[in-house]
Amino acid sequence: MSLLLEIAGLEVAYGPSQVLFGLDLSMQEGAAATLLGRNGMGKTTTLRAVCGLEPVKAGSIHFAGERINGWRPDRIGRAGIALVPEGRQCFPNLTVDEHLVAFFANRRAVAGPWTPARVYALFPRLKERARNLGNQLSGGEQQMLAIGRALVTNPRLLILDEATEGLAPMVREEIWACLAQLRAAGQSILVIDKYVEKLIALADQHTIIERGQVVWQGTSTELDADHGIWHRYLGI
Amino acid sequence: MTQLFLEQALNGLQFGLMLFLLAAGLTLVFGIMDCINLAHGSLYMVGAYLVAAAAQASGSFWIGLALGVGAAALLGLVLELTLFRQLYKRDHLSQVLATFALILIANEAVRMIWGAQPVMLNPPEALSGPVEIGGFFYPAYRLVIIAFGIAVAGLLYLLVAKSRVGMWVRAGASNREMTEALGINVQALFTVVFVFGAALCALAGGLLGPLLAVQVGMGESVLILAFVVIIIGGIGSIRGALVGSLIVGTVDTLGRALLPTLLRAILPADAAANLGPALASILIYLLMAGILFFKPQGLFPARA
Repeated sequence: MSLLLEIAGLEVAYGPSQVLFGLDLSMQEGAAATLLGRNGMGKTTTLRAVCGLEPVKAGSIHFAGERINGWRPDRIGRAGIALVPEGRQCFPNLTVDEHLVAFFANRRAVAGPWTPARVYALFPRLKERARNLGNQLSGGEQQMLAIGRALVTNPRLLILDEATEGLAPMVREEIWACLAQLRAAGQSILVIDKYVEKLIALADQHTIIERGQVVWQGTSTELDADHGIWHRYLGI
Repeated sequence: MTQLFLEQALNGLQFGLMLFLLAAGLTLVFGIMDCINLAHGSLYMVGAYLVAAAAQASGSFWIGLALGVGAAALLGLVLELTLFRQLYKRDHLSQVLATFALILIANEAVRMIWGAQPVMLNPPEALSGPVEIGGFFYPAYRLVIIAFGIAVAGLLYLLVAKSRVGMWVRAGASNREMTEALGINVQALFTVVFVFGAALCALAGGLLGPLLAVQVGMGESVLILAFVVIIIGGIGSIRGALVGSLIVGTVDTLGRALLPTLLRAILPADAAANLGPALASILIYLLMAGILFFKPQGLFPARA
């Protein structure tokens, strides 16, 4: 296994107010990692910085051996990082099918790539809505579409920001099952979510951040064993 | 009366299609890059002059049209790479000021090169006469403009609605950040859109040249109409630009032609003569206000 993502001493600021203060995080190819913490601690900012959507003030982000901070977001996307953003952000003026066709790419020429057809097989519900526009879907369908849209870029690293937020329990289960399936197929995943039990089952490596810094890092077993950590840093 | 109506309806269609050529570029520039380009009308004017100059030099309207459109596209490329790329990051006030300056520069430059007198652009010889359709005569050249407009609108529709590039353009207009995160180079895509928009401006300017005078300031009046079109249609939406153009073109043309006559039927003659033209010229703005009242985002909103 090789190092896929390595964040070192990451600092991000919105004007005068700094959000991240020297954050470190690294993950192996094929691993599933989580980013935990209360609201407003800098989780989304971290993911956005990795995608090139926030300017990095100090520190470095390496992806598959290359330093990517300072790259434009589209270059980072083509390098193999795909984002399933907070709030899903489906395009209201593209149909479901267009979401999948427009962004399909197999830049690393992987065998058996994600195609629109494979996404429809994963989420049969999207097939039924193929001709609907992105804003004519239910929350769950939009989430499936946002995941499918990221998958057809055939990413090396799939990043999910609150993928189960605001969904009905049944749909949430469907999304968790899908993520487990992707994980089993060897997809590298970096995820933010609130459901710690689910994340312990899905991922193997967890990072808790508080006020823009890492306060705890460990494996699923370690996190599962110490519920004091949950209480102290996550308020559960 | 029927004949007048038909003739004016065709004029309205023709005007609407030409407006669409202008509005298509404008709505995408505004929609994707959030950039207000007041100089869009200047590209139309400069395009018309370039077509007229090239037509005069080559002796053929069609060669002139092709060369003029190509030259305007090149000008668009230079403008995008040098000026507009710097403007996208700025706020709307800077964009308005900079592109307004561009209008003044374009007007003065045209005056210096071609003089203050309007330039004549003659339609191709074969199309200068009228043709008979359904019992009345209509200028052949105007029919060709309509055909051109429909062909370009259809092509643009296919490009935007069916091609992957079109999907990226729509995605970029709706949510630029997300489109970039998915690996699409929106900046390069936008250069292409801008150049395409400049070419369409010149095409409209060149085609309309023989009907209107090619003169300094011709871009400003049409710019206002193009803005009305994209606001009615929804900023960033090509379909909105097409529907908006046809509505504005038809309402404006029919209003100016028929409203005075209609008013004369219900009002005293001199009141109608005063009110008619005034009402006709504000008709599209009333229409815009009405549409925005019910659909504040325009008819086909592109953004979430």
